[in-house]
This record gives sequence, structure tokens and C-alpha cells, in this order.
Amino acid sequence: MSNATGSRYLLEFEKPIAKMEQEIDRLSATQANSGRDSSELIAKIRSQLTEELTRTYANLTPWETVLVARHPQRPLLRDYIRLICRDFCELHGDKLFGDDRALICGFARIAGQRVMLVGHHKGRETREKIEANFGCAHPEGYRKALQKMRLAAKFGVPIVCLIDTPGAYPGVGAEERGIAAAIATNLMELSALPTPIIACVIGEGGSGGALGIGVADEVAVMQYAYYSVISPEGCAAILWKSAEHAARAANALRLTGRDLLKLKLIDTIIDEPLGGAHRDVAAAARNVETWIGTKLRDLKRHKTDALLARRYDRLRNLGSFFTETAAPAEPEPAAPSPAPRPSAKRGRQGAKAGRAAS
Amino acid sequence: MADTPNTPSAAPRRRMEVPQGLWIRCVGCGAMIYRRILEEELHVCPECDHHYRVDARTRIRQLNDPDTFEEFLPNLESTNPLEFTDRMPYPERLAETKRQSGEPEAIVVGKGFIKGRPVIMGVMNPAFIMGSMGSVVGEKVTAAGERAAADGLPFIMVTCSGGARMMEGMVSLVQMAKTSAAIKKLNDAGGLYVVVMTDPTTAGVAASFAFLGDITLAEPGALIGFAGPRVIANTIKATLPEGFQRAEFMLERGYIDRIVHRRDLRSELARIIDYCNQ
Ligand SMILES: [Zn+2]
Repeated sequence: MSNATGSRYLLEFEKPIAKMEQEIDRLSATQANSGRDSSELIAKIRSQLTEELTRTYANLTPWETVLVARHPQRPLLRDYIRLICRDFCELHGDKLFGDDRALICGFARIAGQRVMLVGHHKGRETREKIEANFGCAHPEGYRKALQKMRLAAKFGVPIVCLIDTPGAYPGVGAEERGIAAAIATNLMELSALPTPIIACVIGEGGSGGALGIGVADEVAVMQYAYYSVISPEGCAAILWKSAEHAARAANALRLTGRDLLKLKLIDTIIDEPLGGAHRDVAAAARNVETWIGTKLRDLKRHKTDALLARRYDRLRNLGSFFTETAAPAEPEPAAPSPAPRPSAKRGRQGAKAGRAAS
Repeated sequence: MADTPNTPSAAPRRRMEVPQGLWIRCVGCGAMIYRRILEEELHVCPECDHHYRVDARTRIRQLNDPDTFEEFLPNLESTNPLEFTDRMPYPERLAETKRQSGEPEAIVVGKGFIKGRPVIMGVMNPAFIMGSMGSVVGEKVTAAGERAAADGLPFIMVTCSGGARMMEGMVSLVQMAKTSAAIKKLNDAGGLYVVVMTDPTTAGVAASFAFLGDITLAEPGALIGFAGPRVIANTIKATLPEGFQRAEFMLERGYIDRIVHRRDLRSELARIIDYCNQ
């Protein structure tokens, strides 16, 4: 644990953990002041603490995972830039309208490789948060990202996308400037951009706003990050008419890395340090750096044509549906039986289904 | 927009915005319209031009030369990848929606003819869980796009959707990427892709294949946008300007090529196909 307890923000389920941490701090202080040896007791509480952390974090519910992903002390894009990027060279502006501070782009060296880094930034202090709209990007953010990614492709630089957004900004300006068109264009262009692209959800993967920089050759989600078609609160409001059912919705939406891996929608879960990335930011960053280094080395082995064919195949096979009896081009058996169809054949479900990009 | 009226289960087909009964009070202007007249006018109010939502089969009949439409992949059906349950399990919701709408899914794709010109066409179904996109919609759009590229035919897409289908979670979100990739392929093959946006075209469908047309047409008054108006009003804590996110607003902002009255749609499409020499 690199952080001292101090002013850490606590989630409800972290409270017993915090109590132990406080006890350790108190005993250490007493020991230092009075010279009385409490090292045995401290060691004992430490091991209990580790046990408690392990137990708690092994059993987080999907909703608790969402809360960890939103933890105010969770590392943000700028922490990753500080910890894993050497010589970060920010490139501003979409050359059309403005410079969205919710989506940051720039050249960097990560794990010894030149990359174009593209990521959402939520901001830490109030002023920075407001400037970044809490990580909710506008059309100019997505257009900036695409402009920088095209630049990267032109010079054979691979692209690393770090996703952390509650969603694209739902406001008048965003609509007036074509947020839907901007995201759509990114999805289309990224599907065929001739350079390796890898994407990792480091915190919140909020819907189309996340996917707008998420079409990639390799997709990872951090252990306590989430990726969802709609926020749990939004889903609860629609389905159960109350945001209070967010926990229930989080469960139903299958938004954790573990669920998404099972659904074959992502490739990797990046481990976080014991108790979550906010307890050891440096360790979390190291794990992300290792993933970036490994994946880029792997992807660089593909020739561009093969890389793009692979990317299209991955996209093409996303989905899960039944094709009733394998009788293509045979218009005859269209008899619509309303009964359950036990004979239905699994389409691209299973083996071939849904690998990734997104 | 009026709410979708209840429909006697015996008559599943026309469960759109047009209420049952011989006479209809127009939701646009309040005039009483004889139902048969409304149908003859392609479900557009003859008094105020309010464009009513129409189901996919009706739209296909309106746009294609008589009896020329040949459907692709009619038997694709959603699985339940999330084992999703809200007020009812997702498979039950699908079954109920199928029964009420008389349609297997939220889109119909196939090959048709517009004034003698062969086209690949997709038409979305507002009555099927808000025309939402899950795996089946994603696959059909993709397959139709690939078919258009392979056959060198124009691809006409009539959108009508509230976005991604929540009950398929992330499996539905990634359909945005899949369909957009297919449109890219069609684009790179030199194929013509024309989108006709109808009411509503929003969220995940707007932010994927709907906004990727070579040419984007819209019906008058159609709601077009990303975030829902209520969500935006909540964010800005103010009422939205009159006409916000309507087709006319989007035209003014530069996101639509032409707004086309439904009665002119066939000839407009034919004209565009001819200009693009497809
Ligand atoms: Zn009227």
C-alpha cells in the first residue's frame, strides 16, 4: 500500500478495511513515540488487512465494481501519462472547432515504443474537472482523436486508446455540432485505419462515448473498470423507473471485465493491485504499461493487410443469434412457428462469436 | 407524437402510430381524417403533412415497385447472451413483440426495385422494441452492406430507431462498430449508400450506420440526434429550443442533405441513384 490512509475517500465496503489501516497507523505512531514494541501486533493486523482486502475485492458485486471504477482517487489519464509515457508531446485541437479537454491526444514513448496516445481525461481538481466536462467529450473531441489517429497511421505509429468516460456529453452544443455523426465517423474510419490500435478501459467505459475511441485490434478492461451500453442508473431509470435500482441494473448489464471476457467481447483483463488501482497507482500503471508493450510487439508482426483483415473479421463476428436451420438461399421453410424452436441452430454464437473490437 | 395504441391481437400488422378506427384525429393538427385517405397519402396527414411512423412492410411497399422485394435472412433471431430479465425475461419480451408486431426483428433487409432500379434495402421497424439494434439488426445491416458491395448495387437504408438494445448490453453496443465497418467496406468498394432518416433516428443507430451515408435524406419533423431530449434537458436544466433535434434543425446545422416529403421519396431516390450512376 503506497498511500497512507489520510484523507482517502471511502466506499461503503472499504470501511472495515479503513478501520484496520487506521489501527496500524495508530500503533505505529505510539511505537515511534513511546518506544514500546508493537511490531508483532502490527504485523498481525497487517496480515488481517491483506486477508480482508483479498476477500472483499475477490467478491465485489458489479455495482461495487462500478463504484471502484468511479473512485475519486482512481488513477486518471494524466496519471498514466506521468507514469508510463516518456516524452509526452500533446497535440491539441480538431482543426475545425476547438480543443476538447475531455479527450487528450499526443505522441509518446511507452515501453520503448513510439505511440499515439488517445484517451479520455476526467480531471482531478474542480477546475480541471469542469474544463474536461468530467470526461464527457464533445464532437470536437472525437474529431480531434480521429485527426491525430490519421496522423499516426500516416507515419506508421501505433495507437493506444485509454478509455475513461461516463459517456459522450449530452448537451445542446454537442448535438448542434453533430455528436452522432462524429462518433459514427470514428467507428467507420478506425475499422480500417492502417496501423495497430489497442484500447483499454481504465475506469468507466460509458457507451458510444467510449466506443468512439474503442475500435481496436486488442481490447482490454482493467480488473475494476466497467464497459457498458448504458449507465446502470440510466438502465434502472428506464426499466425499473428508478435510479435506485442501479445495483440491479449493473448486475443485469454484464458490464465487468469478467463478464465481457466470457461474452468474448474483450481480449484481456488487466490485473489491478490488491484493493484496486487507487491503492497503488504505480503498480496499476506498470500493469497497463506491460500490456501495451506486449500487445504492440505482437501486433507489429502482422503485415498491414493482414492486420486490417483480422480487425474486420473480429468486428464481423460480433454478435449472437440463431439462424433457423442451416438452409440458406432456400426461401421455402419460412414457416413462422411461434413455438419455441429447440432445433434452432446457433449462429455465430459460441466458437466463432463475438471476439472483440469495441 | 402519439403513443403507440393498443392493438387487438388478431390484427398484428399495422400497430404503428396510426390508431384504429375509421376516422382518426391527427396528432399533428387535430383534424379528423378518414383512415383510407391517410393510407392513400402514405400515412401523411393531408392537412398538416405530419409524417406518421410506418412499419417496415408498409414502407417497403411504399418504396419498391410492386411485388419486387425479396427478403434476406428472414429467420435470424436474437439469443439471450446476457440472460437478461427486467419485468420479464428477454426471450419472452421478444416473443411478445413478435406476436404484436408480426415481425421477427427490428429490421427487414432485402433486394428491391425503385422505378426499375435494383437496390439493396434495409427498413427498420419502430414497433419492435423501439427499432433497437441488437445482434440481429447488426448482422442484417452488415450482410446487406456486404451484399450491396458484392453486387454493385446501391444500398438504401431507412432508419428508425431509439438506439442500441439494452437487453443485449455490450453485445448490442459493439454492433455499432460492426455495422460501421461494413459501411466502410461498401464505401471502399465504391458503392452508393443512401440513408433515409425517419422519426426517430437516435443514439446508437444515429452514431453508427445512420450517419455514414454518402447522401443523407430525412423525413420532415423526424427526431434525429444522439442523446434523448429529456436527458439533455436534465443536463442543461432548461427547456430545449423549439424544433431542437428535428430534421429541419439538423439540415440547418449541416448534417442532412435534403428533407424529403414521403410522397417524393421514391422519385428522389431514383434521381440520386441516377446521378451517382449506380
Ligand atoms: Zn394533421
